[in-house]
Amino acid sequence: MKLTREEILQIAKLSRLHLEEEEIVRYQDDLGSILDYVEKLQELSVDGITEFQHAAGGVNVFREDKIDSCSQESREQIRENFSAREGDLLKVQAVFENRTL
Amino acid sequence: MKDDTFVTLKEATQKMNAGELTSEALVSEALNRINQENEDLNAILWVSETVLDEARDIDKRRAQGEELGVLAGIPFGIKDNILVQGWKSTGGSQILEGHTGSYNATVIERLKAAGALLLGRTNMDEFAMGSSTESSHYGPTKNPWDKDKIPGGSSGGSAAAVASGFVPVALGSDTGGSIRQPAALCGVVGLKPTYGRVSRYGLMALASSLDQIGPFTRTVEDAALVLETIEGLDPKDSTSYDLTNTSVPSLIEKDISGMKLGLPKEYFNGMMDPSIEKTIMTAVEELERAGAKVQEISLPHCEYALATYYIIQPAEASSNLGRFDGLRYGYHSSGQNLQDTYERTRGEGFGSEVKRRIMLGSYTLSAGYYDAYYRRALKVRSLIKRDFDEAFKQVDAIVSPTSPSLAWNLGEKFNDPIAMYLSDIYSVSANLATIPAMSIPCGFVSGLPVGLQLMAKPFDEYSLFRIGATYQNRTDWHTQTPL
Repeated sequence: MKLTREEILQIAKLSRLHLEEEEIVRYQDDLGSILDYVEKLQELSVDGITEFQHAAGGVNVFREDKIDSCSQESREQIRENFSAREGDLLKVQAVFENRTL
Repeated sequence: MKDDTFVTLKEATQKMNAGELTSEALVSEALNRINQENEDLNAILWVSETVLDEARDIDKRRAQGEELGVLAGIPFGIKDNILVQGWKSTGGSQILEGHTGSYNATVIERLKAAGALLLGRTNMDEFAMGSSTESSHYGPTKNPWDKDKIPGGSSGGSAAAVASGFVPVALGSDTGGSIRQPAALCGVVGLKPTYGRVSRYGLMALASSLDQIGPFTRTVEDAALVLETIEGLDPKDSTSYDLTNTSVPSLIEKDISGMKLGLPKEYFNGMMDPSIEKTIMTAVEELERAGAKVQEISLPHCEYALATYYIIQPAEASSNLGRFDGLRYGYHSSGQNLQDTYERTRGEGFGSEVKRRIMLGSYTLSAGYYDAYYRRALKVRSLIKRDFDEAFKQVDAIVSPTSPSLAWNLGEKFNDPIAMYLSDIYSVSANLATIPAMSIPCGFVSGLPVGLQLMAKPFDEYSLFRIGATYQNRTDWHTQTPL
């Protein structure tokens, strides 16, 4: 199976990935061959089988709803990793565009 | 000639306590060896500038009679996806180039508390996606036994570093075999603990229902010592377990008389290289001579494990890697608007295998496909888990090869994802079933190491250690080095 160009572009959009032209062509084949391989699961009957959901045993773990502050050094290192900042704040492009007041 | 960089942790600690070895000497020898040989191997990405001073400090404290931790003065290699505060932490990816860890992973805190030294970063496949360490943005690692071959992956740098005597011990992570397979292909011990045994806080998440951190060492006893140091409940990882009643005894019994070992009949049906099968069966005979009772068992759904894994793992990865937005850390490529910035940053910052898996995961989780792929894979995972539960009613441990092939040539499978994925065929099941598994060196074929995989029921790492230590007591594969 080979995925269509449109399918790859749709998946790339869902994945927030910009693809170059040659990547679009390559992933049509690549993803197709992987999906062919995993198709193997369709031959099994899974009627009445419950999904495996809790690798850790399904126990809820709770903690107090209170803020634990981190060290000053951690704070500064977190800020230094920002792509852009204004003072202590992470600076990003507008999330909502063409907003009229 | 073998120098002290090939010591075991047990030997190094004994020698240091007896005043026959210093941590400074151990670290200096390691750094010398790395200087001479790493440029070619690329197992270590970079070394710590402070590690030699830290070694001297430990020596001074030891000389003053201070009570030190069990790993005092032992230099560790740390996989590039485990955060260390103040260290470059890139996950082998361009998208985290320039990123500095802002806190320590829990395993790092625990190693430091035990006196361990952090020597440097080991190379890895980008975000641990790969079986050959070729997808690292920082170049491939080579196999120390044959530099035209891959070391396995994704923790190939950690495996090659231990095999080459760059460090006596290293940490890696295992989502579908990323500790065990490179350990097998490089001829060292690699342990994937039970899911929940070791905290993942500070590990870059690949697939959260599968990931575990574990050690690479030369001996099984050393792997047990490291596990004992890093395991246990961590309030910062809600999947970590309180091990009060399941901790492993410090003294490992080297006797397996009467232990029952299972050989899955489905694993021996032509899937592996015949020379590997012969090597594995020779090791099984050795275990029988040591008193183990070997019987055939069945894991009827194991032929579906790899397909199950390659749905669940990319699905979880596509979600976990959503955090790389180019804003809070790492690589950033500005676009016309926020959406464009995300797409450019991720399109340019991620390598081809990572993009392949993110898209595969987005596809199998998307509306219209979720039931056919992801939900079905979760059901098959239940069946696989059930197979192991049934098997462990009959046997104490399961024995198999770790990898179906020897180390292959660099570049050989890089552009063929299915061929690459098939090399995980014996290792993914332990992650899907959440059980502990360990690879130990059990021989050579054409000068390349072969690994024997041992699997046990959840939290029964002790059985793995008992079998592995007994085997190492009777064989000398683990003492051989590529140099």
